[in-house]
Amino acid sequence: MTRMVESVESAGGSDAAAVERTLAGDADAFRLLVERHSRSVFRLAHRMSGNQHDAEEIVQEAFLRAYRKLRQFESRANFGTWVYRIAANCAIDRLRRQRKEEMHLETELPQEEGPENGGLQKHADERPTPERTAMSAELRKKIEEALAGLSAAERAAFVMRHWEGLGIEEIAAVLRLKPSAAKNTVFRAVQKLRQALEPYAMGRGGTPQGRIAAALGAAPGTEQ
Amino acid sequence: MKHLNEEELVAYCGGDADGREAAAAHLHNCAACREELERIESVLALLKSLPEPDAGPAFEQRMWRQIAPRLPKRREWTWREWFAPRRLVAAGALAAVIFAAFLTGRLGRPKPTEVPALSAEQVRERVLLVAVGNHLDRSEIILVELSNAQPPAEKGALMNISAEQKRAADLIEENRLYRQTAQQQGDAVLASVLDELERALLDFAHSPDQVTPAQFEALRQRVEAHGLLFKVRIVGQDVREKEQELSPGSKQDSGGKKGRNKA
Repeated sequence: MTRMVESVESAGGSDAAAVERTLAGDADAFRLLVERHSRSVFRLAHRMSGNQHDAEEIVQEAFLRAYRKLRQFESRANFGTWVYRIAANCAIDRLRRQRKEEMHLETELPQEEGPENGGLQKHADERPTPERTAMSAELRKKIEEALAGLSAAERAAFVMRHWEGLGIEEIAAVLRLKPSAAKNTVFRAVQKLRQALEPYAMGRGGTPQGRIAAALGAAPGTEQ
Repeated sequence: MKHLNEEELVAYCGGDADGREAAAAHLHNCAACREELERIESVLALLKSLPEPDAGPAFEQRMWRQIAPRLPKRREWTWREWFAPRRLVAAGALAAVIFAAFLTGRLGRPKPTEVPALSAEQVRERVLLVAVGNHLDRSEIILVELSNAQPPAEKGALMNISAEQKRAADLIEENRLYRQTAQQQGDAVLASVLDELERALLDFAHSPDQVTPAQFEALRQRVEAHGLLFKVRIVGQDVREKEQELSPGSKQDSGGKKGRNKA
């Protein structure tokens, strides 16, 4: 979000002018808005959908929705933030649709205590060496699987919180939840990801102990 | 010593301000919680080590090429469009026809008899005034309904405004025709009110068909902010008065009124 805001700030007030011109029927002005914001929207969409094709579809859908609702856009607001929120909702809608379509498959898939977690545990027992745990295709697949195991709202909340750096209040606004519920959604997402990925994360060797200690300003004597 | 629970540690990782200082103080002194925090951080670090999604070169242009053909046509007219050569030619031709019809009507008009008949032009004008009057009446009803509607009291309930939207959408085309005619005839006041009305109708018709009370309130405020309902009423009244003046026998009526006043 910070990057997005910066990009808009650097563009000065021209987003508002482009919106006005679009409303007056100048389609080229909307092109300016697409070109200015589609990359940051893509980043969010990709992290939420996990693939290029869906991400591009979400970007297009978000801008089309924005165009149709442009009259509802308050000129004092930030267009980048507005379209970003629309994109987050498009991604959630898309994920939910896909989940529905795959519902029958999902019911056949093992749940949290099912054999799949056992499978992950098996991998965990193998404790990959640092060499093996460089971002291999297999590890990426595990991460994608873990992310796919989240609900649409959990994934959205996690991506916005930990990748995009949004505050709980902003996430709550996007998800139309109370801040406490948004916070809880982020927590559930982290909990699930932790369950699936911790063995791989701890096996990567480079534990962030030093970083944490530095961040906390821990005295050497307090370290175990 | 009470340890931090997982939720508190996750919130701490996310940089939440709530209880941050107390959590930091506890972590400073508690190796077990630091270890737990380290585990959570390592998972987040693993996730963050995924490469940033790459949209590829010329992504923005590619997206625009995909989006542009799917954009619905905007229905507003711009000044540029109004003064486009093809429109000026068409408007000029129409003005010439109206002027010719006016001259024909004037030159060919028989001497007034005791009961004056309306000219073809006056009949046309009256028909137009009746139609515009009806249109303004129907628009006024929608605006009144919009002003008086009560959003549902239940929290989170949505308002279904699809029926009203359909009626507003039906009025848009008609409104545009009357606005164009008013502009062509130089009736700036009527044209301006119809222009505002058209924007309000478009705004209303293109809103989601289910809105939250807050969205509905915003919609209503946009309409009320410009005093549109009042303007529509005034212009509607004006149109009806003009139409009355053109109605057959209106002169006799007015004469009768005068007579009554005198009496």
